[in-house]
Amino acid sequence: MTEAAQARKPLPIRPFLKIPDDGEPHLEGQKCRSCGEIFLGERIACAKCGSREGFEPVRLSNRGTLYVYSIVHRSFPGVEVPYVSAVVDLEGGGTLKGNLIDVEPDPDKIQMGMPVEVVFRVAPRKDAEGNEYLTWYFRPRSD
Amino acid sequence: MSDVYVMGIDMIKFGRFPERTVPQLGAEAALLALDDAGLDIRQMEAFYCGNLLQASAMVGQRILQEIGQTGIPVINCANACATGATAFREAWAAIRAGLYDLCLVVGVEQMGKAGLLGGGGGGRGIPTEGLLGSGLMPAVFAEAGMEHARKYGTTFEQFAKVSVKNHHHSTMNPKAMYQIETPLETVMNAEMIAYPNTKLMCSVNVDGAAAAVLASERKARELGMGRAVRVSASVLTSDPYTDRDLVMPDVNTCTRQAAKRAYEMAGVGPEDLDLVELHDCFATAEILHYENLGLCAEGEAGKLIDEGETALGGRIPVNVSGGLLSKGHPLGATGVANVYEVATHLRGEAGRRQVEGARVGLTHVIGLGSACGIHILERVAS
Ligand SMILES: [Zn+2]
Repeated sequence: MTEAAQARKPLPIRPFLKIPDDGEPHLEGQKCRSCGEIFLGERIACAKCGSREGFEPVRLSNRGTLYVYSIVHRSFPGVEVPYVSAVVDLEGGGTLKGNLIDVEPDPDKIQMGMPVEVVFRVAPRKDAEGNEYLTWYFRPRSD
Repeated sequence: MSDVYVMGIDMIKFGRFPERTVPQLGAEAALLALDDAGLDIRQMEAFYCGNLLQASAMVGQRILQEIGQTGIPVINCANACATGATAFREAWAAIRAGLYDLCLVVGVEQMGKAGLLGGGGGGRGIPTEGLLGSGLMPAVFAEAGMEHARKYGTTFEQFAKVSVKNHHHSTMNPKAMYQIETPLETVMNAEMIAYPNTKLMCSVNVDGAAAAVLASERKARELGMGRAVRVSASVLTSDPYTDRDLVMPDVNTCTRQAAKRAYEMAGVGPEDLDLVELHDCFATAEILHYENLGLCAEGEAGKLIDEGETALGGRIPVNVSGGLLSKGHPLGATGVANVYEVATHLRGEAGRRQVEGARVGLTHVIGLGSACGIHILERVAS
């Protein structure tokens, strides 16, 4: 790893993961000024209503519920299996995909609709330049 | 506008042919379809060629280099797993518009070493497979199935029964990749790929080609309608915006919209269908499409498979060919091969797997990304 890379803070795994210098990492959605639909990632116009009015950036909640999941047992070489691929609806809008952790990869132990939270951690992979990336995971929440 | 008829249609046996080229496979199917129609390449006025993995390589022209370079317009098209259906539909549209009286359609694919998981995503940064969930097809369609399970309590066993049925059907189809009975325990105990889809609940990657000759009504009458099959609806849709579709490709809405338009265009309803070939890329997908195509009421797809209604001999046989799960899924060929299956039943030529007295059938494909193609076909002879 180069010294420059070491000195740098982790990069966001997706551009809509914001890492402010003076605050907590969080997800930022783009809310359509016309219909209010929330997108992750920027768009030229609204995919839902077609409006070109533009978008307001909105901070997304770290709380949500598990919509659906799959337990992945076969993947590309080097990808640790099994793991739980999950689709989560965030409170207040926005839907996100990611790994659900801190649960057994067993359909009897995972309930669709269960409350989850979004947590941010450094990913266990670096790019060719040695940069680290901040990513998100879902885990069950009890509150 | 002219009605459009299938005058000739055929497919090669699906399998793995690493020693052959894509144009060779396509040419073989083209000649079979021309022979079936009793026609010659020199009578074709345009050629619509569907192929996905060599989309930039002028596959249609290279097929003509194998069977006759007559100088006709060639339209190469790619539309994910709806590629073959799109080529078929474009030929249909051109004939309907009065541009041509006779068109050739080929769908062809060589899957090569493409594994079960398919290609991975590229891009900058770090690979995200297994870090931000899974974007691979087995998990994507597993999650789509789990949405049905969430709503209606559909079980792993019910999804698995789809695979048992389609593998059973393919034992009667000599052109399918496999002719092997796979009992429920075998399907459920096979390697889990992405819960609830085991390896035997994922479509088979194979090489394949299928072709059709389409004609205007005027030309069909001239040639004789004896074995002709009427294309009574052709519909293509893309996916309209729906909740979550950024992370969960929605194969339901575009299918429902296509089905509605197709039934209106053909003037029939799901109750009039004698058989259906639908896009069972994964066992979970077939369950969703029972409801998307109106073959049963909402929430009753699990019951439909439990009661054997979609098996040969049941109320509405689905994927009598063996489907993508056992006949195989050569992407660009699939949408034409489905039409071959239905047409063969309407002609009463399907042998042991014949759906008795079949008069009306429907074909359905989904290309993720997304495109949905539906055709409704009707027997002409009384
Ligand atoms: Zn909007």
